[in-house]
Amino acid sequence: MAVDRRRFIKNGLLAGGALITSPYVFSKGALAAGEIKVGVLFSLTGGLSIIEKSLHDATMMAISEINAKGGVKGMKITAVAEDGASDPKTYNEKASKLVIQDKVPTVFGSYTSASRKAVLPVFEKRNNLYFYPTYYEGFECSKNVVYTGAVPNQQLSNFIPWIIKTLGKKKFFIVGSNYIYPREMAKVSKILIEKNGGQWIADEYLELGHSEWGSMVNKIKSSGCDVVLSNVVGDSVVAFYREYKNQGLSHDKLPICATVTSEIEIAAMGAEYAVGSFTSFPYFQAIDTDRNKAFVERYRAFVKDPKAVTHHALESSYFQVYLWKQAVEKAAEITPAAIREAVKGQEFDAPNGHVKIEPENLHTWMTPRIAQWQADGQGKIIDAYKEPIFPLPYVAYGETPTNLFCTGKGLDSSKLKT
Amino acid sequence: MLEVLFIGLSLGSILLLVALGLAITYGAMGVINMAHGEMVMVGAYVTVLSGIYLGANVFIAIPLAFIVTALLGLLIERVVVRRLYGRLLDTLLATWGIAILIQQAVRLEFGLSFFGIHIAGLGPGLQNVSVPEILQGTLSIGAAEINRYRAFIIIVTAILAVLTWLIIYRTSIGMQVRAIIRNPKMAAACGIDVTRVNALTFAFGSGLAGVAGVMMSGFKTVFPDMGTSMVVDGFLVVVMGGVGSLLGSVLSAGILGEINGLVAAATNDILARAVVFGVVIAIIVLKPKGLFALKGR
Repeated sequence: MAVDRRRFIKNGLLAGGALITSPYVFSKGALAAGEIKVGVLFSLTGGLSIIEKSLHDATMMAISEINAKGGVKGMKITAVAEDGASDPKTYNEKASKLVIQDKVPTVFGSYTSASRKAVLPVFEKRNNLYFYPTYYEGFECSKNVVYTGAVPNQQLSNFIPWIIKTLGKKKFFIVGSNYIYPREMAKVSKILIEKNGGQWIADEYLELGHSEWGSMVNKIKSSGCDVVLSNVVGDSVVAFYREYKNQGLSHDKLPICATVTSEIEIAAMGAEYAVGSFTSFPYFQAIDTDRNKAFVERYRAFVKDPKAVTHHALESSYFQVYLWKQAVEKAAEITPAAIREAVKGQEFDAPNGHVKIEPENLHTWMTPRIAQWQADGQGKIIDAYKEPIFPLPYVAYGETPTNLFCTGKGLDSSKLKT
Repeated sequence: MLEVLFIGLSLGSILLLVALGLAITYGAMGVINMAHGEMVMVGAYVTVLSGIYLGANVFIAIPLAFIVTALLGLLIERVVVRRLYGRLLDTLLATWGIAILIQQAVRLEFGLSFFGIHIAGLGPGLQNVSVPEILQGTLSIGAAEINRYRAFIIIVTAILAVLTWLIIYRTSIGMQVRAIIRNPKMAAACGIDVTRVNALTFAFGSGLAGVAGVMMSGFKTVFPDMGTSMVVDGFLVVVMGGVGSLLGSVLSAGILGEINGLVAAATNDILARAVVFGVVIAIIVLKPKGLFALKGR
């Protein structure tokens, strides 16, 4: 018995070793019977499920649309959906399961940076591919992740100059939730504020999920600022805007300019609390094109909710599946490495407009837009770039399109130090 | 300065709102009711649902939420808690389980979402309660601008606290409750129907949590997890004030609220929270029974 078991373990290890070393095992696992398996990894339970469920739905919708039109290379896409449960550790376990057991060549997933960082080692170690749909703080350069959300320069490099020049506001009160995204955003903001001749008079943080804003809003009131730059995240946003109005502040005189407040948060707080405030995102539900209107209709039909709202990360979750599909069609074989090479430079007409994967850093070219929130809970787009701009994940450290820190060769960390 | 003190008072009133019900279930009955936060959540959802289906505002939702959560509390007492009196840690585990059940029931829309049926106002999403015009914006008192909704919370909390005091100290059932707090067996020997009084007390405590939920809904986000963090704050207040002492809970809520408000104004909210926890730890160390412990023989 003992010998048998030992032999069994030995064989098992050999098989496991073969699995890791041979990329062809991937394709065999994933291609069984004319189908191609992909992983879909969002939180369907826990606090973040509020938003992540909608990203899951948008991903599923894109997959079912592609399947309805004949799939990819004649193969049907089968989604293996897992639940990250709003917990980075669970994310890591589920990612391992998808990559090792289901042998999928690509996983679509994550909303928070915490969950992305938790799965990153899995994808880098197994040389697999992760598509990440959320706007994030930048400062990451992985050849195993395709980033289809905005990075700081695509949300702020239009926003700050516009606040200073068009709104004529010069004294910024920066407020955020206390974790990496708001802090990195604040860093970029300060550079831009100073460059454009404004000044920041405070940089304050509250715990993530904190909903008691009495003291902070009082501080804003007595600070003498003339604009509030908010990087507040999640359900705190709702309590913040409500307290803001209830302490008698108005967006006419002292507007909140936000980088995270989307259609979802506006619906949850009640539009009357946000009327007149601003948000910067590449995508808003109100984008007035036939392509976007049709997208919103299809999404509402898909989730069977006639009032469902769409938002930036949701739209990215949708179009990134199409970018992936085009890459698979171009790739010679269905392995993560081949798909990654093929996805470089892929372009797609997404609901927000034209998007393109930058071959160097695998981030996405997108069009920055600024919207002012209206009484119907929709953003009225009042400023937009004419075309997509270059994604710069290291803009806070001096990255420019002509001096990239993150390239196809990886991160040039010598540039970070200067 | 007046505004800072007002915010402190408001923070204290919110703490007390949640702690009042706990002061009764934990303080009087010795049940660590982890589902208390979920009662707050249910109260908030009653507000959301009555807004959607009955067109009712928060004023109407207050009695409605009290009745719904009191009945739910009665059910929980009858089915689970009744069997666990005197087993403190077991009540903690059992009510925590109940808390998870209630949360999931709301999130999964009582299981209907498995069948593709969607009830507006339930589910995992954030919900929105509209606040009547009269409670929005500010009131000017002298030079200070006072947040109307916060003032409303302070008033409701004060009314509830007085009402609870009257019931406990000025009615015959309140006398029975106090007798049971001191010595359940002796109370039973004197002819008090302990099971009945306990059930009513638990229902009343749950009902208070429901009212707290209505007040929270107009001001914080309504979602299935909202109660979890509140229950911790509630226990802080009850433990610091002294288990079983209503006056202790009122005072400790006021003190913690003002400390939080003042420190937050001087530094920031994150530090303020740390200071609040530090104060509670210091008080538990120095006075293990809380500020106003019952003296028994």
